[in-house]
Amino acid sequence: MTESVIRVVGLGKSYVTAAGPFPALRGVSLDIKAGEFVAIMGPSGSGKSTFMNLLGCLDTPTTGEFFLAGQDVAHMDKDALASLRNRMLGFVFQGFNLLPRMSLQDNVALPLVYAGVDRAARRARARELLDKVGLGQYAESPPNRISGGQQQRVAIARALVNSPRLILADEPTGNLDSHTSEEIMRLFGAFNAEGITIVLVTHEPDIAAHAGRQVRFRDGQIVSDELTAEVAK
Amino acid sequence: MLKAMFGEAWLAMGANRLRTALTMLGMVIGVGAVVIMMAIGQGAQYAVQQTISTMGSNLFIILSGSFTASGVRSGSAGAPSLSVADADAIAELDGVINVAPTHSGTRQLVYGAQNWSSQVIGTTPAYFEARAWSIASGASFGDSDVRSSTRVALIGKTVAENLFGADDPLGRTMRIQQNPFTVIGVLGSKGQSLDGRDQDDTVIIPLSTAQRKVFGTPFLGSVRMIMVQADSADNMPRVMESTTALLRQRHRLREGVPDDFFTRNLSAAAESEAETTRTMSILLGAIASISLLVGGIGIMNIMLVSVTERTREIGIRMAIGARQRDILSQFLLEAMMISFAGCLLGLLLGLGAALGINLLTGMVIVISGGAALIAFAVAAGVGIFFGWYPARKAARLDPIEALRYQ
Ligand SMILES: Nc1ncnc2c1ncn2[C@@H]1O[C@H](COP(=O)(O)OP(=O)(O)O)[C@@H](O)[C@H]1O
Ligand SMILES: [Mg+2]
Repeated sequence: MTESVIRVVGLGKSYVTAAGPFPALRGVSLDIKAGEFVAIMGPSGSGKSTFMNLLGCLDTPTTGEFFLAGQDVAHMDKDALASLRNRMLGFVFQGFNLLPRMSLQDNVALPLVYAGVDRAARRARARELLDKVGLGQYAESPPNRISGGQQQRVAIARALVNSPRLILADEPTGNLDSHTSEEIMRLFGAFNAEGITIVLVTHEPDIAAHAGRQVRFRDGQIVSDELTAEVAK
Repeated sequence: MLKAMFGEAWLAMGANRLRTALTMLGMVIGVGAVVIMMAIGQGAQYAVQQTISTMGSNLFIILSGSFTASGVRSGSAGAPSLSVADADAIAELDGVINVAPTHSGTRQLVYGAQNWSSQVIGTTPAYFEARAWSIASGASFGDSDVRSSTRVALIGKTVAENLFGADDPLGRTMRIQQNPFTVIGVLGSKGQSLDGRDQDDTVIIPLSTAQRKVFGTPFLGSVRMIMVQADSADNMPRVMESTTALLRQRHRLREGVPDDFFTRNLSAAAESEAETTRTMSILLGAIASISLLVGGIGIMNIMLVSVTERTREIGIRMAIGARQRDILSQFLLEAMMISFAGCLLGLLLGLGAALGINLLTGMVIVISGGAALIAFAVAAGVGIFFGWYPARKAARLDPIEALRYQ
């Protein structure tokens, strides 16, 4: 029996709106084991991003429990969450979110700055990951010199630079054409094969098919949770 | 970590060079203004201090005559009310170290074909001590010269230069009012007095000679002015009081009759002049500091804009593990670097301008390490003070909101 990277129990999140509290998540329970590749699906507004933000320790739940690699996260303060994000998590966003003024290598190395790693080690590690995603030759270029698909690969390198337990990707292929999307998904697949746990949000069944497990949201609740093999039947 | 932060602050400053430069310009002007104003203010203070130190210390003068009720000075037409005997009597008082009766006026000096007009002071040897006047070359005259009205003179540097030119004045004869005088000494240089007169444009001769040969007064033994030096600043008021009492007694003034002389504390006047300069210099600095404040507000303004523009960047940094204090120090460092760079340039500009003013106008300036240090402390302070609010605003952003920001 492998360890749970994520264990959420009865997770709820309400947003304060002008019309009163709005429950975006209503009692979500989920267990994700180390090494899993999970796709989260569901219609727009079903609470996928809200759920990802909670998993990403960017937000705290209104109700419920959240254990990240066994640690109780629901009640941590902001600095503790920041340090957790830095050590345990890697983010990949829909809009790539590289810093425009920095070279690709510095972008990839940025999480290591906040981890207190020294410069030489930062550069070496960043270079290693850039090579791994096949963009080593652009190490000193700024982000606007390369294509969207390449930028997303750099973002994946940045997400991996701290050797995280978990990669969270909210619609990482949303801005990419289908061919490039396939490439990105193969990259995720390769890293998953190395043992990194991946949770990824997507609308598209083709993309979700790369994951081993598909979780479907509707109105802030999980409506189905199946292995990809079962979905295919 | 710190090095990486400096590097990033540098990048951020370089990302919008014109804006950074303009923001810095505010600090440059502010610090430059403070440096110039302090250099000028301290220069003025230094100049006044120098002048005061050439005047002689703890001095007061007694002038003959009196003020009527309407404020008009009377008694100047007749015989002066003060006498050399008065001066001798004052010299006996406690706390008095030098007393010099004087008679002075402007006269034409002639040496060969040269003419020069300057102030001629007839006095006694005590005058040199009271005014702490050194002798550059030659010697002073003595009491015997005063007693026997010898025609000897000491001349100031300006007189030596203008009347004698390249000649060595010692032992030469010049004429004052047709009378030949032998130059026996050249006075040490004193520069300008508080009221801007050239103190080196002076000829000093024995009092009796001056009265007989130069000014031709019919009232020998009477003088219009006596200079008195007290032994200490603390004793000044007491000495002035006892002098007044002594003179009233000697002049047989009954109670109710006004003084037929009046006294003026030169040292106090000098002190108040110094005080005025001090006040002026503080005022100049204060006014210049306002521009520093404006520079600081400029930094705050730009940092606020920068935080808004970089909201998304802040969100990304937070997502990958930046703590609030990391974001805070990043923006604070940026504000301080702009402030410091502006300060450094302002310091150079200020020093350059101050030296320029000195070269062009000859105005005395004083550049102290203290002023530079203050300017730097202020720059750091301005950076922290005006950078704090924008930096805190950045640090308190909600990471999700910041990431969503377009
Ligand atoms: N900050 C917020 N304040 C108020 N309502 C929000 C906020 N964020 C999301 N919501 C609402 O919560 C619901 C779920 O949103 P979200 O998690 O972004 O859905 P998804 O990513 O599945 O499209 C939506 O109805 C959305 O309008
Ligand atoms: Mg979403």
